[in-house]
Amino acid sequence: MARVVVDVMLKPEILDPQGQAVANALPRLGVSDVASVRIGRRVEIEFEGEADVERAREIANKLLANPVIEDYHVRVES
Amino acid sequence: MKIGVVTFPGSLDDGDAARAARIAGAEAVRLWHADPDLHGVDAIVLPGGFSYGDYLRCGAIARFAPVMESIKKAAADGMPILGICNGFQILCEAHMLPGALTRNQHLHFRNRDQRLCMEDVRSSWTVSYESGQELLIPVKNGEGCFVADERTLDELEANGQIVARYIQGNPNGSMRDIAAIRNEAGNVVGIMPHPEHAVEALTGPSLDGLGFFTSVLNHLAGGSAVGSPAHAAEPVEMPVAGSVEISFVPAGANAREVPPESRVQPQAGEETIRPEVPASAIRPEVPVPASAIRPEVPVPASSIRPEVPVPASAIRPEVPAASIRPEVPAAVAWPEIPPAAEGESNAAHQKPSLLGLKDDAEEQA
Repeated sequence: MARVVVDVMLKPEILDPQGQAVANALPRLGVSDVASVRIGRRVEIEFEGEADVERAREIANKLLANPVIEDYHVRVES
Repeated sequence: MKIGVVTFPGSLDDGDAARAARIAGAEAVRLWHADPDLHGVDAIVLPGGFSYGDYLRCGAIARFAPVMESIKKAAADGMPILGICNGFQILCEAHMLPGALTRNQHLHFRNRDQRLCMEDVRSSWTVSYESGQELLIPVKNGEGCFVADERTLDELEANGQIVARYIQGNPNGSMRDIAAIRNEAGNVVGIMPHPEHAVEALTGPSLDGLGFFTSVLNHLAGGSAVGSPAHAAEPVEMPVAGSVEISFVPAGANAREVPPESRVQPQAGEETIRPEVPASAIRPEVPVPASAIRPEVPVPASSIRPEVPVPASAIRPEVPAASIRPEVPAAVAWPEIPPAAEGESNAAHQKPSLLGLKDDAEEQA
C-alpha cells in the first residue's frame, strides 16, 4: 500500500472565515502573537500497489479541490 | 411543457420546486440522480438541499451523478437549466457557471426573506421580469457567498450575466452582492435565494418567485431570451396575489399537487391510523460506553442552550450522568458566548459576531 497525501488550501486571495474565527479565538487561550490562521484539508489516498502521483493529481484536480478557489499539493508519503 | 426536477441524495427542495412548476402551469417530472434519462423534459431545475451531505464541498460530488452528464449535454444544446441554492453550487462545481459558492462570511446559516433587484432579465428563466424589478424571496444558506476572481466578475458585469443582486443587506458576503448569474448563452441560471418558496401567499413572503417558472414556460412557448430583444415588447402577465388559487380546503382536496402514487395524505374524513408504538420500542437499550462520549471536546457550559427543552424521554438513562464529560472543569475559561437564539431571527443578528465582521442587519440599523 502506498499513500499519497493531498493538501488542499483556499487560494490566498479567498477569504477564509473559518480560519479568521480560529485566529480570533486564540487570544482567549492567551496566544497573542499569531498573525493569521488559514484552514485547509488533508486527504490521504491509499493505492493498492505503487503510488500513482499522476492519478492522485487528477483526482485532486477533478474532485478534491475546486481550482476556482483552492490550490492543492500532492506528495507521496514514505 | 415538462419541467424536470432532479432529486439527489440529500436534496430538500425538490418537492417545492416541482410544486412551483405545477403552479406555473407546467408538468413536473421528477428526475433521479442515478438515472441519466431526462424523460423528455423541456427544462430542468436542480433544487436546493444538501446533496451528498455537502461532503467535500457543496455540489462537488453531485456534479459526477449520472444525470449530470445528460444535463450538461442538454444545456450545451440550449435546454434551460435553473440551479437553486445547492443547485447553483452544483452548476458552479460542474463548471456550467463561473465562480464558486463558499462559506457565508459571517459563518452563520442565514435564513430570512431577502430583497433582490433583478438586473439582466434576458435569460430563459427571467423573461417575465423587468430589469430593476425588486423581489422578496427567501434565502437560506450556509455556503452562499459567491466568489470569483476580479476578471471573471468584470466579465460577468460586462456581458450582462448578473441576473440579480441582493439589496438592503447582503446575507452572505457574496462579491458584488451577486445573488444570481447566468451563462453567456442565457439558458443556465444559478440563484442562491429560493424562488420556489415564494409562489403561494399561504407559505411564501410574496409570489415573486413564480416568475422564474412562468418565464421558462414563456420562453419554451416561443418567447424570447438572450439574442432576441423582442421580449421587451411582449409584456408577460405576472402572477399577482389572488390570481393563484389559494383557499383553505379540507385535507386531501388539494391532492392534485401530489402524484397519486406518492399520496399518503388521508382523504377527508379518513382517520389517520398511527400504530401504537410501545414505549419500550423507542430507543432500545443501547449501552453507550462512557468512552464513546468524546472526552476531548471541551464544551463550554455556556454553550448549552438552556432554551431548548429536552424531553425526559430523550435522556438516555443508561449513561450515568457523571460519566458525561466529567473531565471538563466548569472553570475552563471559555468566553461567554451568548447562547444562539432560536433560528436566525432578526434579533439574533444583534449578537456580536465572532469575527468582528459587521452583520448586514447591523449595517442597516
